[in-house]
Amino acid sequence: MAPTTYLQAIGAGLREEMRRDERVFVMGEDVGAFGGAFKVTDGLVDEFGPARVRDTPIAEAAIVGTAVGAAIAGLRPVCEMQFADFVACGFDQLVNVAGKMHYRLGLAVPLVVRLPVGGGFSGGPFHSQNPEAWFMHAPGLKVVAPSTPADARGLLLSAIRDPNPVVFLEHKHLYRRVKEELPEVASPTPMTARIARAGDDLTIVAYGAMVHAALEAAEALGADGDGASVEVLDLRSLVPLDEEAILASVRKTSKVLVVDEANATCAAGAQVAALVADRAFEDLDGPVRRIATPDIPIPFSPPLEQAALPSASTIAEAARELLDY
Amino acid sequence: MDASAAALLAVPDAREVLLTSEDRRRLWEHLLLMRTVEDEGIKLYKKGKIPGSFYDGRGQEAISVGAAFALSAQDPICSPLIRDLGAHLVRGTDLTELFRHYMGRENALSRGREGNVHFGDRHLGVVGMVSMLPDMVVVAVGLAMAFAMRGEARCALTFFGDGATSRGDWHEALNWAAIDRLPVVFVLEDNHLAYSTPQSRQFATHPADRAEAYGIAVERVDGNDVEAVHAAVAGARERCLAGEGPVLVCATTMRMHGHGAHDDARYVDPELLDAWRARDPLERYRVVAAEHGVDVEAVERDVRAAVDAAVAEALTTPMADAATLMDGVFCEGEAEPLGVGGAAPWSAYDEGAR
Repeated sequence: MAPTTYLQAIGAGLREEMRRDERVFVMGEDVGAFGGAFKVTDGLVDEFGPARVRDTPIAEAAIVGTAVGAAIAGLRPVCEMQFADFVACGFDQLVNVAGKMHYRLGLAVPLVVRLPVGGGFSGGPFHSQNPEAWFMHAPGLKVVAPSTPADARGLLLSAIRDPNPVVFLEHKHLYRRVKEELPEVASPTPMTARIARAGDDLTIVAYGAMVHAALEAAEALGADGDGASVEVLDLRSLVPLDEEAILASVRKTSKVLVVDEANATCAAGAQVAALVADRAFEDLDGPVRRIATPDIPIPFSPPLEQAALPSASTIAEAARELLDY
Repeated sequence: MDASAAALLAVPDAREVLLTSEDRRRLWEHLLLMRTVEDEGIKLYKKGKIPGSFYDGRGQEAISVGAAFALSAQDPICSPLIRDLGAHLVRGTDLTELFRHYMGRENALSRGREGNVHFGDRHLGVVGMVSMLPDMVVVAVGLAMAFAMRGEARCALTFFGDGATSRGDWHEALNWAAIDRLPVVFVLEDNHLAYSTPQSRQFATHPADRAEAYGIAVERVDGNDVEAVHAAVAGARERCLAGEGPVLVCATTMRMHGHGAHDDARYVDPELLDAWRARDPLERYRVVAAEHGVDVEAVERDVRAAVDAAVAEALTTPMADAATLMDGVFCEGEAEPLGVGGAAPWSAYDEGAR
């Protein structure tokens, strides 16, 4: 069988869940006949019809808000934001309505909002953001961020089957870039971290597209004269955050570099750094280091964007400094 | 369509006379219950027994009572707002639990996580409101979308004030419902004020006119006449179930108290309040109910006793337990959908009465 891309894996996950559970449906802007801006939902309308593959008006608040209603009525909506950036228009429905419903009223809201995130291809300030920290800060929402096709499919299954609202971050730069052979039968991926590459000298904590940059950096460091052994921990889930996996890795390597593609302030990586400082201080042989995008809107022009986003080389450089500490 | 759906559709034309004297007794009971509970709530707030503030719907009781009375138990209310306690009461919300909730004591409605009219008994098909208006209007459209997808003969009802129609979510909700002709009854409580802001500073085009422009049928009704509200909502519901699309019921009324107990509403023209005081929905309906043979005084005694008993019991209940603080942020088990166990006291839904 041909390898499956990250994008195809998400589409396959949707198709499998829609076949398995008639309560599951998708909706979003241009997701029907057009198949979505990135073609994630390509062909779904042919199999499931327009009632379960719903083209919506350009109305992100209503996409999320009607999904809340459908979810509490017993369905399992999966909403697509055309770009993650646009979820700002539906923020209130997600944060104030969906996220607080169970705590306030005991009413579960099983929905998924898919967010195509990330930069790297001149999307500019409105098509490149990584807004996960907005939702990590909002109680009641789960936030997952797969880095591989297998986890994209598996975490989507977990998200759809979860009784809570789940924000599903799918990185646009991985859509067609990463591919792998997938098992014929999908199984849910747990919302826990995974060791993407084992090592002993340094831990790089990352998620989403930055896992691949971190792996590239780790390979480069291993091939260096000193042959450093670098571990890469792929968080996969940001809420819940697999704190024990982070602490276990840091305790083993004693050095940690946390990488975010998101803007630095209050990012997921800041939470990881705070966790390590709080609970693994005695195990550290160096400062907790972070790499993230500076606090700027993501610029359009390639030299500017490349200077803003973390890369394998900036990660390797920071890791090298930390290894020498 | 299955037999139960056909039975629901068989409700007669609401514009014909269809209230029994027992229906009128129940309408009077719920109007009075809402006012009595809220008057008691104001007292408890002033005594320091209710934290935060207290919000009531004096003058608007006929809208939530009349609208909820027109619904079957299958039709969710999403959501009663701070002027709409009557909808909760019609559905059968437990009075003792309600006062426990108001006072931040241990209770099954909100476990102390919420206050004032921010609750909804999910077992009764009532979704609790949020403070951002009109967020729940959008959610109601989503409920109706689910009913349409499953081919169920149900409608969703949502309340909002004129002030809530200025936000974009309102446009998104009405537009969305109109596109798919979804079974939603939009109940606009046109009460003249958005907190302190008059309509001259809210909009240039009245929300009912905007609704018509979206392709939504509009029914205008005296919001201080409980039977008129009931008939309008019953008719709207029928249209929804017949697949004729959403309806907006514009109920004109007046908010007779401040926004909350902390607000003396000095910004409202006293003559306007005087004019509306003469149209008080309870005083008006007391006469109507008595004319139809309702023993209004007996109802008054029963309501007083029930409210007094609920307050007394609630006052003996412990405050919410801080040990539960972290519980329930996430659902840990199966997601249980909104229930349909609420009361539908209108005799049209009671097979034995018809």
